[in-house]
Amino acid sequence: MKYEPPLEKISVNIRETVLGQGEKSVKIGGENTLPFHSFEGSLPNSAGLALEVLDTQPENWAPSVLEPFEDVVSDPVKWAKKCVEVYGAEMLCLRLLSTDPMGKDRSPEEAAEITKKVTDAVDVPFIVWGTDMEDKDAQVLMQVARVCSGKNLLLGPVVKGNYEKIAKAALEHGHAVVAQASMDANLTKELNIALCKFFPPEKIVVDPTASALGYGLEYTFSIIEEIKQFGLVDKDKMMQMPILCDFGGDCWRTKEAKESREQGILWEAISGITFLLAGANLLVFRHPESLKLIKEMVI
Amino acid sequence: MALKGAEIMKMLPKTNCKECGYPTCFAFAMKLATGGANLEDCPHLDPQVRAQLEAAMAPPIKLVTIGAGENALAIGEEEVMFRHEKTFFHESGIAILISDKESESDIEKKLKRIKAFDFERIGQKLKIDLLALCFESGDKGKFEALVKKAYETTNFALILICEDTDVLFSAASLCADRKPLVYPITKDNTSAAIPKLKELGVPAGVKGQSIEALTSVTSELKDAGIEDMLLDPGSKNMLEGIRDQTLIRRAALKKGFRPLGYPTIAFPCFMYQDRFKETLAAAALMIKYAGIVVLSQAEAQFLLPLLVHRFNIYSDPRRPMTVEEKAYEIGNPGENSPVLISTNYALDYFIVSAAIEEANIPAYLCIKDTEGLGVMAAWTSGKFNGEAIAEFFEKYAMADKVKHRKLIIPGVAKKLVAELEEELPGWEIILGPLEGSDIPKFLSEEWKA
Repeated sequence: MKYEPPLEKISVNIRETVLGQGEKSVKIGGENTLPFHSFEGSLPNSAGLALEVLDTQPENWAPSVLEPFEDVVSDPVKWAKKCVEVYGAEMLCLRLLSTDPMGKDRSPEEAAEITKKVTDAVDVPFIVWGTDMEDKDAQVLMQVARVCSGKNLLLGPVVKGNYEKIAKAALEHGHAVVAQASMDANLTKELNIALCKFFPPEKIVVDPTASALGYGLEYTFSIIEEIKQFGLVDKDKMMQMPILCDFGGDCWRTKEAKESREQGILWEAISGITFLLAGANLLVFRHPESLKLIKEMVI
Repeated sequence: MALKGAEIMKMLPKTNCKECGYPTCFAFAMKLATGGANLEDCPHLDPQVRAQLEAAMAPPIKLVTIGAGENALAIGEEEVMFRHEKTFFHESGIAILISDKESESDIEKKLKRIKAFDFERIGQKLKIDLLALCFESGDKGKFEALVKKAYETTNFALILICEDTDVLFSAASLCADRKPLVYPITKDNTSAAIPKLKELGVPAGVKGQSIEALTSVTSELKDAGIEDMLLDPGSKNMLEGIRDQTLIRRAALKKGFRPLGYPTIAFPCFMYQDRFKETLAAAALMIKYAGIVVLSQAEAQFLLPLLVHRFNIYSDPRRPMTVEEKAYEIGNPGENSPVLISTNYALDYFIVSAAIEEANIPAYLCIKDTEGLGVMAAWTSGKFNGEAIAEFFEKYAMADKVKHRKLIIPGVAKKLVAELEEELPGWEIILGPLEGSDIPKFLSEEWKA
């Protein structure tokens, strides 16, 4: 019996999404094969690896994940600069935690002002993230879209209850959005269909919501694998958007990650590599060391 | 590739004698195709045809066992490329490399650490499976001493790694009843190895410089009657490993290519010097099909994430993961501690228990057996309604555990409030937050006994 490599060609591509603007803009997606299958297809863009920046002092962070940012946590501009200049981040995720109506409840205007300042300070692409409160996120992200017009930010999370408002503002001001549907391929598709009625599909990134190692990782892994296969193998156009996994924070909340620095970094890095193997195109990390490890391994 | 009923039918006697217990040969063939019947049940099958059929119906990836007794590791017989298509069946084994070049005291320390490694997580024992003993000293005596030590002082399954075929089999004969994996069997030593493999009855770790190179060795071994093999395609890093492992599994499962129908072994320990990278490569290759991953070290902070990862990836997606029903004590709760209730869907339990720990407020977490259904599904099917929860409270004597009469229920279960007020008279029913991540804040701000 003669061995012939059982290669599988796929005739469609995941959509390519451009984030940010100018020289430092980042492209994600665009592949016409399964993750890491460069032996049988093309993966024109490596995964986007983003570091988190909070708009307010972090609370209850484990010392080993606070340590890299200790000198900058009181100032999101300095924090963002450190991520780029010291840790080499090619993308950032600004989390507008202070807008949480259950917490500081900062106004959309203030949040947009902070976002403007931070995104002006460094020239890498930004994900701008709300607090998972549908109504408040809509107000905040619409204002951010206006104030940061033309910056091609990636705004999220956009969910069934607020997608119209946020996506319309994003469209008007030239931004992309993250469509979030929790752990369900069908809901992901439904939301994409709804968005695509008025929003360009190449400006949508999907977020199936990610769970950390030991806390539901396998559900995230399989949902992403399924979405990728619907898109590539079954050629479902509404499943061909790049996939985002925002998981660093969840990893560092686990008791295992808090036990030791090495264990924490691996907790995050193993989660990250797992999502990449499933087909994620964009990862949001909390610890620069985990990001660096993944970067060195996959390139 | 499994045979279809119609294909099997062609090879049966077609006499419809019913002696197999089925009304027709066709019915028997259909049953055979789905694994529900045994070829032995047909008394009129020509032995040659039976052998042909057995070979054709064998699982596309052979089940291979390394080691003996309760620490034996069985790998192979996988059926899918992606776990959501069914499940991954046999967990990858984790092996720790020990070289005979390491000093005796280092070896002693490593063995001690490996033996002491005993980790339990949510009722699951997480463990190391094998020791991979490596001949690097050039001194046969040293290698044999290491093999003897591992054989006599531990119960782990063993992998023997030695480029010198004579030394390899001489060491294997010291522990043959433990069924060690002997590695590497290559195109250069196959003919010398065949009689020894047969004599000792030990599994062969076949190494090739490429997938293609593997196939000539496995075919030669198979022709000699040896079928207990593991494949190492010689991948030099994680990305090559993903490629090679994927192509091997695909060839076996989707093409029915027998020369690659065996489980595999991968060596992250030789791919990376860095312990983090080695661990990450192992994690990736567990997902991408390695039957065994070999690591250079056994430190808990590197192993624990990997063991939890294996547990996650190999959990069965067809069955919701559950935890045991009971009133869990988190922290060290007392009579004024909060009482929360949730389902035994494992994810609910993890999230809520972790949140309570984060809040640093000792509490009773009542976990009701809902057969793995989440809150709303369990409520709909009557497994998590007022009556069921009242029974739980009775069974676990919750009223005796605390002085207060307050019960915190999941935020999504609004419909439960009225039911519980009726079924648990005297208890105040408090609707918790919608998100598990809001529990710490909720407890620290709202809880008063």
